Amino acid sequence: MTEMIHDLLMPFQYDYMWRAIWVSALVGGSCGFLSSFVTLKGWSLMGDALSHAVVPGVAVAYILGLPFALGAFIAGLLSAGTMAFIKAKSRIREDATIGIVFTAYFALGLLLISLFPARVDLKTILLGNVLGISDQDIWQVIWISGTTLVILGFKWRDLMLFCFDANQARTLGLRAGLLHVTLLGLLAATAVAALQAVGACLVVAMLITPGATAYLLTDRFGTMIWLASGMGIATSLVGAYASYYFDGATGACIVTLQTLMFLVAFYFAPKHGVLASKRRVRLSPLPP
Amino acid sequence: MNSGNHSHRLEVAGLSVAYANGHLALHGASFHLAGGAICALVGVNGSGKSTLFRSIMGFVTPQSGSVTIDGMPVRAALKRNLVAYVPQAEEVDWQFPVSVWDVAMMGRYGAMNFMRIPRAVDKVKVEESLRRVSMWEFKDRQIGELSGGQKKRVFLARALAQGGRIILLDEPFTGVDVKTEEAIIVLLRELRAAGCIILVSTHNLGSVPEFCDQVVLINRTVLAYGPTADVFTEQNLAAAFGGVLRQFQFDQSTIQNHDGRAVRILTDDERPLIFGKDGHLEYKDREEHEELLRQRSEEHD
Repeated sequence: MTEMIHDLLMPFQYDYMWRAIWVSALVGGSCGFLSSFVTLKGWSLMGDALSHAVVPGVAVAYILGLPFALGAFIAGLLSAGTMAFIKAKSRIREDATIGIVFTAYFALGLLLISLFPARVDLKTILLGNVLGISDQDIWQVIWISGTTLVILGFKWRDLMLFCFDANQARTLGLRAGLLHVTLLGLLAATAVAALQAVGACLVVAMLITPGATAYLLTDRFGTMIWLASGMGIATSLVGAYASYYFDGATGACIVTLQTLMFLVAFYFAPKHGVLASKRRVRLSPLPP
Repeated sequence: MNSGNHSHRLEVAGLSVAYANGHLALHGASFHLAGGAICALVGVNGSGKSTLFRSIMGFVTPQSGSVTIDGMPVRAALKRNLVAYVPQAEEVDWQFPVSVWDVAMMGRYGAMNFMRIPRAVDKVKVEESLRRVSMWEFKDRQIGELSGGQKKRVFLARALAQGGRIILLDEPFTGVDVKTEEAIIVLLRELRAAGCIILVSTHNLGSVPEFCDQVVLINRTVLAYGPTADVFTEQNLAAAFGGVLRQFQFDQSTIQNHDGRAVRILTDDERPLIFGKDGHLEYKDREEHEELLRQRSEEHD
């Protein structure tokens, strides 16, 4: 018995585990908060695209020894610009445009990484490496997540109105264009921060799954934000801790936990779950 | 906030709007309205009704001409929350996790502080508005769980809570039951009495003379505007709609003199259903109908 407790407390003996756990929780919280907006605005594909499109920027930043967030941010902006350009200049549909652009950027990133294998680790970028995160990178994650949380904390009602009814936001004299750019900027920035925790491949799960799960559980946006952020934090805490036993696959642990929570909500949500709607159908009075 | 006592003014002068693809949606459109007024905006699809709405809400920058509200440019009027908009049902995401109360509260955002935390006065206004459209008992409902008429009333409550003096309604009676339609008309009349300018975009021509005192006829430009009795004439409507409008003439119909020429017409804006005395069906073209009856009896023989 004591041996088991000893085993379970093992991860806490290491400094790097503590750091990984709370950095993941910070990232999970800000991603969860933002995921409420992303899922309702219909920007899930956009989130996926941005998280892959930042890879060449991160690669170049590591190669040149610059902060990874700077490179990622520039690559994110460039990819968004490229998408807007193609959309404006051609008849190709938006989803196809997004698909073309983000895979192009991602491929470019992979090429760069394979050209400079000594400077950047492919596995770190694709799958994240929060257990081995450097101090410099931690500061960038704190800075990005902190700013995101502050902006969302102050402006979530404006952003909610923008997602729900952009026209009403405009007629009230709010600057809808600015809100659009803000939300897109936060999405890109958070994707960059999450890259460190779970890697480029799984970032989009952090930006969608908590919001989608919360959406099944409530009909109020305020509650949805709390649920999504809470789930983001909880799954990241537990996932990072569990990854000690899974050979460092932190991203996989976090995202698997989020998927489990989604499945539970999908079936058992009190009102919008599969079982609840079955029950409603069964209880609905049949015509004689 | 402006009180209803002083008269509001909406002035559209020589407005031309072109979209990025070069399509000229409006050209030299001019009219003005003084509150209180209920004004119908009537025209075919693609005649520029929504472009005109978008110009009054400041979403599009005109190529030339201007929109002024109480003598101010649109941006300044928006800052004072003077313009309220009631969207079409199709434009709203009804699955969005917001309650009736939340939606009405969105009308107050322009008057709130930086963080949009509702004060006591905002809550009072929202309650007043919801009670006025008889939606107070539904305040905690998610908006997707409402009937068509209730949905429309929630968005009217939002416009009321905002305190808008220029109120734009896009097809307010689509998907709305007759009782709600009457309630909405009563409310619009109250707002008119309080000095508001209400601009209603509608395809429902039959309802226009019933509750609109002004009409703006539009087809890429303003064809005519003014009091309903002067503007809503057969000639003007023919000009606005060209051959698009369905016409029903009954000189050749099965309606007989012994019916006293009194008929009841039911319509949902498509083809009318006509009942004569005692509720028998009438046909638009008597000869055609009799020919059909003859053919049928031959087939049976």
